[in-house]
Amino acid sequence: MHELGIVMNVVEQVDKIAADNKALKVAGITMEIGEVSTIVPELFLDAFNWAKKRTEYLKEAELEMIIIEGRTYCRACGETYRTTEFGKKCPHCGSPDTYLLTGDQVIIKDISAVFEQEEAEE
Amino acid sequence: MQQVKTILLSKSVFEDNDARAEILRSELREKRVCLVNVMSSPGSGKTTLLVALINALKHSFNIGVMEADIDSDKDAVTVAEKTGVRSIQLHTGGMCHLDADMTRQGLSELGEGLNLIFLENVGNLVCPAEYDTGATVNMVILSVPEGNDKPLKYPLVFENSELAVITKTDALPYFDFDMDECKEYIKIRNPKASVIAVSAKTGDNMDELVNWFIRRLSER
Repeated sequence: MHELGIVMNVVEQVDKIAADNKALKVAGITMEIGEVSTIVPELFLDAFNWAKKRTEYLKEAELEMIIIEGRTYCRACGETYRTTEFGKKCPHCGSPDTYLLTGDQVIIKDISAVFEQEEAEE
Repeated sequence: MQQVKTILLSKSVFEDNDARAEILRSELREKRVCLVNVMSSPGSGKTTLLVALINALKHSFNIGVMEADIDSDKDAVTVAEKTGVRSIQLHTGGMCHLDADMTRQGLSELGEGLNLIFLENVGNLVCPAEYDTGATVNMVILSVPEGNDKPLKYPLVFENSELAVITKTDALPYFDFDMDECKEYIKIRNPKASVIAVSAKTGDNMDELVNWFIRRLSER
């Protein structure tokens, strides 16, 4: 249940941001999750829905996950390819001299928070 | 009346921990303390290897050990009994990894006057690799019975470790473990990694591992 540790991290961070910004509550969180980040989105969502009940501001928050495709760059031929399909070895030239460009991120992109309406200025 | 506003963050979940780990690492460097984060699967023989390694190094360095487990203090007791060095147990309270804050708490509990500290992370190849503990050296252990394809299955822990130790080489005759292929897989993940194969049980090649630590500690 490796997702739970990361979820706890996320809800604690967002709860603090909501408090710091004097929000009433958090309605939604958008996260970017890389395809090769080792997070299983379904498990992550389950863990989130469990964890949010134990927070101050996130009790009604909805989680949206944007999945980011894993792309690997080959130093030998300069091509890029889809990581989940070919792994470490470049399908264009066969070289293992490659590195991950994107797809391992776990990012809190934004949160939508509910505030008390400010008085309209005269 | 209420209104909804979007707060833009674009912040990695690991960012705060990474920053705290970096601070801890530089503090340790100033104090000339080497913290070794030991990662592996459950049952890879981490504790047995550490006992052998500590017994070989304890006359040259002031060693301390932090054993991280979800529960129980079995490992800390074993290490203390078999090596005599200062040893504490950290409980992660159900979490599958240690983070920089938990490591810092453990270090203050362990006390001053040490210059080589081993942190035996929770037996798990996934989460510990994602959470930087602030360690000076990241070390991964892979035992022969686990199979030589582990570096392909758990890339991150091998990418992040400067030392990979293949243990239980005394069991090689009983398993289809291709040592050359294993070393090659580790090099694919991390071309700079040092790879040392040992048996803590028979003591085979333990000298090379002990010397690696003596050399690495002299670089501080």
